[in-house]
Amino acid sequence: MSQTKRLQSGGRIDRSKPLTFTFNGQSLQGYEGDTLASALLANGISLVSRSFKLHRPRGIMGAGAECPNSLVQVGRGAGTIPNLRATQTELYQGLEANSVNCWPSVKFDVNAVTGLFSPLLPAGFYYKTFKWPKSWWDKVYEPRIRKAAGFGKAPTEPDPDRYDKKNRHCDVLIVGAGPAGLAAALEAGRRGARVILCDEQNEFGGSLLANRQYLDGKPGIEWAKTAVAELESLEEVTLLARTTAFGHYHHGFVSLLERVTDHMGLTSPDGRPRQRQWRVRANQVVLATGAIERPLVFCNNDRPGIMPASAVSTYINRYGVRPGQRAVVFTNNDSAYQTALDLNDHGIDVAAIVDVRPESDSVLVDRARKEEIPIYGGYAVVDTRGGQHVSGVKVMRLNGRGDGVYGEIHHLDCDLVASSGGWNPVIHLHSHPGGTMRYDESIASFVPDQAVGNTYNAGACNGNFALGGCITEGLSAGATAAAGVGFGSEDIEGEAPATGKQQESPLRPMWRVPSRKAIPRAPKQFIDVQNDQTSADVYLAVREGYRSIEHIKRYTAMGFGTDQGKLGNINGAGIAAEALGEDIAKVGTTTFRPAYTPVTMGAFAGRELGPERFHAVRKTPMHKWHVDHGALFENVGDWKRPWYYPKPGESMREALDRESYQTRHAVGVLDASTLGKIDVRGPDAAEFLNRVYTSGWKTMEVGKARYGIMLSEDGMIMDDGVSARIAEDHYHMTTTTGGAARVLGHLEEYLQTEWPELQVYLTSTTDQWAAISLAGPHARDVVAKVVSGVDLSGGAFPFMTWRDCEAAGVPARLFRISFSGELGFEINVQANYGQYVWDAVWEAGQEYGITPYGTETMHILRAEKGFIIAGQDTDGSVNPMDFGMHGLLSKKKDYIGRRSLSRPDAMREDREQFVGLVTLEDPKEIIPEGAQLVEEPNANEAPKPVPLHGYVTSSYYSSTLGHSIALAMVKRGRERMDDVLYSPQADGRVIQCRITSPVFYDPKGERQNV
Amino acid sequence: MLHIKCPWCGWRDESEFGYGGEAHIERPKDPDSVSDAEWADYLFFGSNRRGDFRERWVHSAGCRRWFNAVRDTTTYEFKAFYRMGEEPPGGEQ
Amino acid sequence: MSEAIRQESPLVERITSGRKAASPSDAGITLRERPFLGCVNLRGNPDDPDFTDAVKGVLGLALPSGPNTVADSGDITAFWLAPTEWFVRTGANAERDLIAGLEEALAGQHIATNDVTGNFTTVELSGPHARDVLEKGCTLDLHPRAFAPGQCAQTLLGHAGILIRPLADGQAFEIVVRRSFADYMFIWLEDATVEYGGMAVSD
Repeated sequence: MSQTKRLQSGGRIDRSKPLTFTFNGQSLQGYEGDTLASALLANGISLVSRSFKLHRPRGIMGAGAECPNSLVQVGRGAGTIPNLRATQTELYQGLEANSVNCWPSVKFDVNAVTGLFSPLLPAGFYYKTFKWPKSWWDKVYEPRIRKAAGFGKAPTEPDPDRYDKKNRHCDVLIVGAGPAGLAAALEAGRRGARVILCDEQNEFGGSLLANRQYLDGKPGIEWAKTAVAELESLEEVTLLARTTAFGHYHHGFVSLLERVTDHMGLTSPDGRPRQRQWRVRANQVVLATGAIERPLVFCNNDRPGIMPASAVSTYINRYGVRPGQRAVVFTNNDSAYQTALDLNDHGIDVAAIVDVRPESDSVLVDRARKEEIPIYGGYAVVDTRGGQHVSGVKVMRLNGRGDGVYGEIHHLDCDLVASSGGWNPVIHLHSHPGGTMRYDESIASFVPDQAVGNTYNAGACNGNFALGGCITEGLSAGATAAAGVGFGSEDIEGEAPATGKQQESPLRPMWRVPSRKAIPRAPKQFIDVQNDQTSADVYLAVREGYRSIEHIKRYTAMGFGTDQGKLGNINGAGIAAEALGEDIAKVGTTTFRPAYTPVTMGAFAGRELGPERFHAVRKTPMHKWHVDHGALFENVGDWKRPWYYPKPGESMREALDRESYQTRHAVGVLDASTLGKIDVRGPDAAEFLNRVYTSGWKTMEVGKARYGIMLSEDGMIMDDGVSARIAEDHYHMTTTTGGAARVLGHLEEYLQTEWPELQVYLTSTTDQWAAISLAGPHARDVVAKVVSGVDLSGGAFPFMTWRDCEAAGVPARLFRISFSGELGFEINVQANYGQYVWDAVWEAGQEYGITPYGTETMHILRAEKGFIIAGQDTDGSVNPMDFGMHGLLSKKKDYIGRRSLSRPDAMREDREQFVGLVTLEDPKEIIPEGAQLVEEPNANEAPKPVPLHGYVTSSYYSSTLGHSIALAMVKRGRERMDDVLYSPQADGRVIQCRITSPVFYDPKGERQNV
Repeated sequence: MLHIKCPWCGWRDESEFGYGGEAHIERPKDPDSVSDAEWADYLFFGSNRRGDFRERWVHSAGCRRWFNAVRDTTTYEFKAFYRMGEEPPGGEQ
Repeated sequence: MSEAIRQESPLVERITSGRKAASPSDAGITLRERPFLGCVNLRGNPDDPDFTDAVKGVLGLALPSGPNTVADSGDITAFWLAPTEWFVRTGANAERDLIAGLEEALAGQHIATNDVTGNFTTVELSGPHARDVLEKGCTLDLHPRAFAPGQCAQTLLGHAGILIRPLADGQAFEIVVRRSFADYMFIWLEDATVEYGGMAVSD
């Protein structure tokens, strides 16, 4: 029998479109328009999960975002999704769902035995019990707790779906498309404002989808349909169904999660993103987020079949489901009487309305009386019974103060308890950016007080639960918001539909329904059913000295779950107030933080995934040539730089040995286009360089170039590079590849904020120039074949000069510089010609055995020469003196960082200094970069901590020298030449090394000056 | 994600900007004349103010101009944006 | 320069005749590159009439003075980049003459000209989903009410800095991107258009 609990007619499901799905392996049927929860209930299944701590049976409780229980695992394989709320999971053909947190099955759960030991698992249990011994935590306690408590399973394969993001600006964002939100959208949209209206449900209408209220004499949903049709016709209105506003941040920034294809199947079709995160910047924000009914807290109130009254009505009215055969309605206010009427009208027996109020008088109460539904005024449900489902309740008379029960126990059989403790406005989004709240006694809950920015609350989220009031507030908020962006006045232009008048009698606040026994001997009264957190836990927390609701929350884990306490938190605050003997208004609530409901990681990642899109990938003009010539690449900043060019069958070491041999003995070519380039021009250009570099620049003649280092104001090395004088008032500056943007930002900062009087313009030209660097004894021969218009002889064109010329017929700048210690040239041409000129160089170099080399060989060649790489050998904590660069520190002028070089810490004699290292036992052994250096030969056995004397910054095998070399920072290193240090390794080895000069090769620099 | 008004380009997302710390901290004109303690104070110590705070931003992804803002550090509300060299609103702090 | 001397666009690997031929007919957006346009970065003081008049004399149009605006004469397009900075674009191979003209007219003034022809490339995006696609990675308000022809902006698209201007109301945009980011941007755009039927590439 299928769908035995489906009503004969009614609901917003499409009975002509049956859908087959499975739950825990059982094949079932539902209809289009169902949620997984409504389809399960239609099939008579209410037990769906086990609770987090005690593994008690838990049923479908709510009908939306608030449901704490109905967590399921949907699908299998790569696309599986853990912990979806069945109440918000739309049914689709073939949907496959399984219970979580139970083993081997939801009906027979081995861990349910923990429920028997529940007196041993009070609040704070983890903190108290699993503290000792410390070493047991990660080996014993945590794995076992996780095994017992795990919710769902994460997929182990990559997510097959696409996710996306969208940035959108609007005049008015309206969250919630119930009566208030629709009214606001109409008011603002008709005026021509750019409006976004979003709602987490699949259909717009909010409460009108699930109740039987009338507007303009017609069912409310008809009004909603007309409103949606009109909004669809407005060009500047964007309607987003299935879209949850999950975070409200500052300055009108609201994050929405649109579930684009979740309702179509496990994975998304047609390349569409499964979900899209909207990052909305709204000038005005209207919150029409409604209210959530809070259940009453009574003994054993967690059994399947006990639900908020509004959820019962929703399953009947919206989904055409019969959630029980015989119901007890338990309430402290009028609204649950509507549920009693909904039940009664659909032939579901209402055993009783148990109302904690002795007297109540309203339209709904009168109607219930007329229907001859038994009403127990001044009574309370004090306990329930049942196994895997509720089977009855015990009812007793309440005393006048509402804190005790007495008299005869009435046993009522039922399989459904609909409870209502009042309504909590959904003030989450109001609160996220810091909106304040106040306690409203008339509804016994918290309502928005001061909003942040241009935020307006309308309708039930503002504490106004009457339909007519919701619509009026919506219109008003829409008008105010539209007026705030210049569309009309704050006066409402639209007309509110007519609503029937409803007289209501006040609710009787009741946070905890008294039991015959006192806490903690009373049966469990659950506040947070997902985390098994009870009123006794709150009392315990208070007894142990916690006073702040934030601390009580964290001690008890109240509201920790995936539902974030949407049902329980206000009750928890009320019970905490009761335990503290304070006013709930003073106790307040815990802080509401994003996300309102859980958001998949995919929606945050969007398309920023994988090697092509996780970050920007910058390529040089010769990139394809490098690919075609077998280069492997390394990331330097965002750039792809050729790392080395292995030939077929060649190991990395062999390739590097070949590249450096060819460069030292013939000629190598390197793509240096990635170096940062800044054009510096103006009457004060020389003065500016004087202030930003440590050395002097004013005397350097046009046509020459110089190496310089830049410091941060704290005296630490920030970047380095060669700058050339193009004209009296004009320099071409280069920076490290990774430092280009930082250096330009640093220079602009000083120019604009400290020295606005300097007449200097800075322009980034990094991408303008393709830079082809040639090094080696035959570099001049190759350049001579390519370049025209310049005398290349050593006398006419010495080291550290530059000339305008043509390279392969293309206008070029030629620099005579070297980072390898060899005779070196760098040809710079406009980047679009880069490949053309590179080809010409390659062709010209063939007869000299030209080889391309990558960054690894470049590193080896420069390390042999003791040249530093800023960012590799420096880390922001080292100054130029540490590197022995005293000669680069001008004494004649101020420069950025100079004052810091005379601070006591910079002058310390035991600072680490830049040295070279060679290994002793095995001269070819390469010390790992980052390795620590100690004086103690047996560091692994020595008492800890072993004093550190330094660390390795760069380390390579030098084929030129025939042994490994390393660069390191060592305490007082320069006065410790030939000292032996030890580097203990993680694998137990100790590498013995000797301190040397950092210049291993051609210390006099003769090779580059030929 | 803050919304920041570049004095030239207008309102843009925070992602286009860089933060520059406290504003109106002038680099000593003659660093040699200040003591180590004064220099350290200039370099490392900000006022860490609760409430209205004058701070520097740079429109890195836009016009690359530095400018100043007054922001309430308890609410994130920007009270003013003004160009380098302009007087801060509200007088001395 | 000799005719044989070859320029290469940073999108040479992406925009191929095969790729053009394979472009989907129902593509949500169409990308067209305008490579090799002469580009000059110009710095100077807009409050100095000697500067603005001389520049006007060379360009044949007044530099845009309002932030984020464009002046366009057909031959020359000048974008405001910063209070003392403009991006001036001219035809292919015209940049050196333009710079020479500016340097001559502005001799003695505190100015800077930089050839940035190789620093950037220009692409045009058109099609019914051009704005939808850009909104995926750009936080600028691209709605025609907020961003109309005559305006421009420097902003981010994904992780790439761009200079962008609308060409027709919300339907087409011109993007100037640094050369080294062009390939990344192309891949990013192509991926962003999957849900709209892909990206066509045209001449």
